[in-house]
Amino acid sequence: MNPLRTLYTALSSLGANKLRSGLTLLGIVIGVAAVISLMAIGRGAQRAITANIEALGTNLLFVRPGASSQGGVFGGLGSASTLTLDDAFAILDPVYAPSVAAVAPELRSTGQVVAGSKNTFTQVVGVTPEYRFVRNVPAASGQFVTWGQVDNRSEVVVLGSRVSETLFGFRDPVGQTVRINGRQFTVIGVLKSQGGGAQGLFDDQVLVPITTAYYRLVSQRTAQGGVNVQTVNVQVRSGDAMGSAVQEIATVLRLRHRITGEDDFNVSSQQETIETLEETTNTFVVFLGAIASISLLVGGIGIMNIMLVSVTERTREIGIRKAMGAKRRDVLFQFVSEATLLSLGGGGLGVLLGFGLSQALSGRNLVGQTFRTAFSGDIALLALIVSAAIGLFFGIYPAVRAARLHPIEALRYE
Amino acid sequence: MIELENVTKVYRMGRVQVPALQGVSLSVQQGEMLSIMGPSGSGKSTLMNVLGCLDVPTSGRYVLQGAEVGRLGDDRLAEIRNRKIGFVFQTYNLLPRLTALANVELPLLYGNGHDARKRALGALERVGLGHRARHRPAELSGGEQQRVGIARALVKNPSILLADEPTGNLDSRSSYEILVILQRLNREEGLTVVIVTHEADIAAHTKRVVSMRDGRVVRDEPVKEPRQAASDGQGMERGQ
Repeated sequence: MNPLRTLYTALSSLGANKLRSGLTLLGIVIGVAAVISLMAIGRGAQRAITANIEALGTNLLFVRPGASSQGGVFGGLGSASTLTLDDAFAILDPVYAPSVAAVAPELRSTGQVVAGSKNTFTQVVGVTPEYRFVRNVPAASGQFVTWGQVDNRSEVVVLGSRVSETLFGFRDPVGQTVRINGRQFTVIGVLKSQGGGAQGLFDDQVLVPITTAYYRLVSQRTAQGGVNVQTVNVQVRSGDAMGSAVQEIATVLRLRHRITGEDDFNVSSQQETIETLEETTNTFVVFLGAIASISLLVGGIGIMNIMLVSVTERTREIGIRKAMGAKRRDVLFQFVSEATLLSLGGGGLGVLLGFGLSQALSGRNLVGQTFRTAFSGDIALLALIVSAAIGLFFGIYPAVRAARLHPIEALRYE
Repeated sequence: MIELENVTKVYRMGRVQVPALQGVSLSVQQGEMLSIMGPSGSGKSTLMNVLGCLDVPTSGRYVLQGAEVGRLGDDRLAEIRNRKIGFVFQTYNLLPRLTALANVELPLLYGNGHDARKRALGALERVGLGHRARHRPAELSGGEQQRVGIARALVKNPSILLADEPTGNLDSRSSYEILVILQRLNREEGLTVVIVTHEADIAAHTKRVVSMRDGRVVRDEPVKEPRQAASDGQGMERGQ
């Protein structure tokens, strides 16, 4: 029997039982649509997280001091205070480190910020003017920290939006004074509010010149000469130069620290952070897909069930076809193609429904969470292939039973 | 063209072995029209199944057109059924979803299927049902359905037509029409026709009667003056 005839026969057999075929199809439709829309939600979330991190600045490397050790007790990474402001500027050297575009060292501490009768406890970050561009700091009203202020260790501060709101309400704080850990600072600017996401971090911080932070605010100071920093944010010229930038930075720092053995610093990239997060979110996406796949499996069992019923009901038809010369494989193909048509048809409709669902959910608010969905063609294709495979898998057994029927017994079947 | 030599068939029902054929020898020549008679349980249906290659003998030889077919596998048997044998059943066994034409096309799907539509229509015309081609079985009378069944049996131009109680479900008038067609096919086209029946009257329309009892051929004799069925339905008497 030629394939086209087989297909036609299968279609007309399915058409003879429209309600039953439709319901069986529905099982697969729901399964595939669930897989596709859940994967779209998962991928959307993944993409949102990645975008959030990238919003912190692109092509970033983070240089941190290594672990401190005192009498064999090791602290965490970054606990040593071996990295200085001069190290940061040395990294910018165009000869030794041509891949580096900009550096932005930072020194974090916490402080009680007081304005009049209001006060708040927050992060105080010592920065240089470059910080604004390297870390993609939101635009500010007023001014940002200038080099002059860094050189003079000026007692000036840029407030995060939430800090400003807490201390000054809706008044413009620029020009006002605040006290940080007992010292008077002049407010020179306020950062715009960023709301949620990684950039929202800036809402609850205040920025001061890095030298001011070091000499006036950080309590524990080590006498190694020069200003200690916790992190040097390094912007690399391009994504391709990340590898060479890491090498260059390491070379510069080893020279400066006269290191022959183990490094006393650590260079990590933003990409690593993203990759780590992606690994985590991948697990989550796969988990969602696995849950949805269960319904696809149930749909497959539905197909098998209905095909077994169909084979029993059509025993006589099988007998007639065999008496007319149908071979085993003719009967086998007939039933397998019916099952595959069901599952593939269900898969196709499921992809459409899943696509529709993920479009409809995108940007919608549900229990305080904004859905961001990402429909992907590869998942759709995979879902189609899987649904066809499910039809084959669950259709084979009933079809083999049909093909094995003895013509005489099948003809006698009432 | 058909040679059965000492054919036996034993069915296994659980632990019990039921002998259905106990050494049947039979020879059928090209162009014969014979009937196989016998009460139920005499083995005539089993003999029919063996002749139609729906089943294989437990022992003995079955030679069809010079080829031994008694030991063939399922798919080879299917091929022989498709190419050499036309079946007519008591209950017609048409597929209810398909039109008369599509039912007749069925054997063509499982073999050389070129010009299927044209050949199927030709077969329907041979049984006088060209005008009913688009009707489904439920829209046809019993006699018409059986004629569709005959057209389906004819469509591949088989060497032998096997009819198992072809008139068993029909009134006498329709039975008669069926006999007219079968006799004409035998007379004009030289088609070999084997009819299984328990009605002596039907058997009287064939040229030779093989009687069976308890799985054996007990009588095998020619009919002296076979009755000729006429299309007006006269001369037909029901009953044993």
